[in-house]
Amino acid sequence: MKIAVCVKHVPEGHSKIDPGSKRLDRSGEGSLNHFDANAVEEALRLKGDSDTEVVVVSMGPEKAADSLRKALAMGADRAVLVTDAALAGSDLVATSRVLAKALEREEADLVLFGQQASDADGAVLWAAVAERLRRPVVSQASELSISDGTVHVKRQTEFGYDVIETKLPAVVAVSDAINEPRYPSLKGIMGAKKKPSDILSLADLGLDASEAGEAGSKTEVLALGSPPARGDARKIEDDGNAAQAIVDFLAEKRLI
Amino acid sequence: MATLVFLEHHGDELQKGSLGVLAKAAGLGDGDVTAVLVGGGVRALAAQAGKYGAAKVIVAEDASLEPPLPQARVDVLAKVVQDDGYDTVLFANSVLAADIASGLAARLDAGLNWDLADVSLDGGTLVGKRPALQDSVLVDVGWKATPRLALFRSGSFDAVETGSGEPQVEDVTVELEAHSQAAKVVDQQLEESSGPSIEDADVIVAGGRGLGAPDKFTLAEELARALGGAVGATRAVVDAGWYPYAAQIGQTGKTVSPKLYVALGISGAIQHKVGMQSSNVIVAINKDGNAPIFEFSDLGVVGDLHEIVPKLTQLLEARKG
Repeated sequence: MKIAVCVKHVPEGHSKIDPGSKRLDRSGEGSLNHFDANAVEEALRLKGDSDTEVVVVSMGPEKAADSLRKALAMGADRAVLVTDAALAGSDLVATSRVLAKALEREEADLVLFGQQASDADGAVLWAAVAERLRRPVVSQASELSISDGTVHVKRQTEFGYDVIETKLPAVVAVSDAINEPRYPSLKGIMGAKKKPSDILSLADLGLDASEAGEAGSKTEVLALGSPPARGDARKIEDDGNAAQAIVDFLAEKRLI
Repeated sequence: MATLVFLEHHGDELQKGSLGVLAKAAGLGDGDVTAVLVGGGVRALAAQAGKYGAAKVIVAEDASLEPPLPQARVDVLAKVVQDDGYDTVLFANSVLAADIASGLAARLDAGLNWDLADVSLDGGTLVGKRPALQDSVLVDVGWKATPRLALFRSGSFDAVETGSGEPQVEDVTVELEAHSQAAKVVDQQLEESSGPSIEDADVIVAGGRGLGAPDKFTLAEELARALGGAVGATRAVVDAGWYPYAAQIGQTGKTVSPKLYVALGISGAIQHKVGMQSSNVIVAINKDGNAPIFEFSDLGVVGDLHEIVPKLTQLLEARKG
């Protein structure tokens, strides 16, 4: 079996938006999106000591190789990085197009995603990729198992849990409640450097620059502004009458 | 503008979030708004949509469409958009709706702006408002082409009854794609909740570590009952097993924006803040005067919640008489 895990390299610490390009500033240090570590962990858990191959796939700047190396150090077998100057500014439509092309080459039985990107808070990519691959998709997986070519997923929803089954090949996005990602061992870190890594350009995927980046996107950032500030906030110390003060406040705001 | 709004239902109830988006779309006042209902036995719900501003309701009713899975709904929406030429499709965020919106974007090669808190028409141009980077920046986003797809944060709009007319109801039959029928729901475990669900509640009383022990959640529950609200929880207490995941508010739980949010023993870490800061009025009780929650509370009370909350509940009950 083959499992592909899509991972994102995200800026470390507090993210900033570059006022010039109106894009996220990706010039500083970055790291593996921690929600994607859950997906890598789940792939490794499913692999166990079988001969399943775990491939980590990322689209991003050259520095995204650092995040792929971390996934390899955790235990993934191989890495694929799609990097190209023409990728900058890709929205959902463009990103899913590129990622789907990279995944088509892999023909994995199972494609895993983490539940969101910690930088831009995106939590939708898997469904677009699954649609392009024409595969079934299940998101918010809090439990995952595979038997006889069928994947069984416990999906968390607003209303409780759904148990969903689908035949492989399939796309699954895992929630961060599914596992506790391992830390790479020293041996894993040393070994990661020797594992195979492919670096692909848009041309390698048979895509034109007009199909990716800002040119291939259908949404745009128009302006950046400041969110409205809260009105006159009040802070009191409880002198024994705080409960009454809260009731008065709620009455004043016409909430009771 | 020819606008389509995806109406989500659970059982025989239309979800308030999607009705809020419908009311907002109707309020933009640029052309008629059509709602789409997909599922088994949903035709009975169509008339309600008229009250929230739908001039027309397109119904895709079939038992095979009842399981809450996204891909068959992508098939339905794609057909409706392509056959009837809608240029705008709006969704209220949910586990289900996010996957439908994203799948539809790929199917139609259409732009999807997600996590929007508002939308406006600026001289005929549709502009989405997206709070980003832990809501420190408000980004205006647009679409370069039609169809335009938008996914709104839950609770962005009140479900105000704006319309009165009976909507025109139209049935649609859709041939489903093979990959859209592959996944099956084999079991559902629905959480029993006593009060309103947190995403639909006007009032939320949420508890954090400061409650001190799992059984102290009764303080939050009693206060919620007195206020007619629902109970929420932080990730820390859900992880600790004090309260069910369905109540979790924050980055890895639900995003809520009730009229009143009461935070009990919650420090206000960024993880939690992103899930509740768009609440209209925030009241926080915490014994640590330096807790970050006080930076974004309308009324901050520094004190022992174990003293204050029972008194508060009593006063509220007394008021109700």
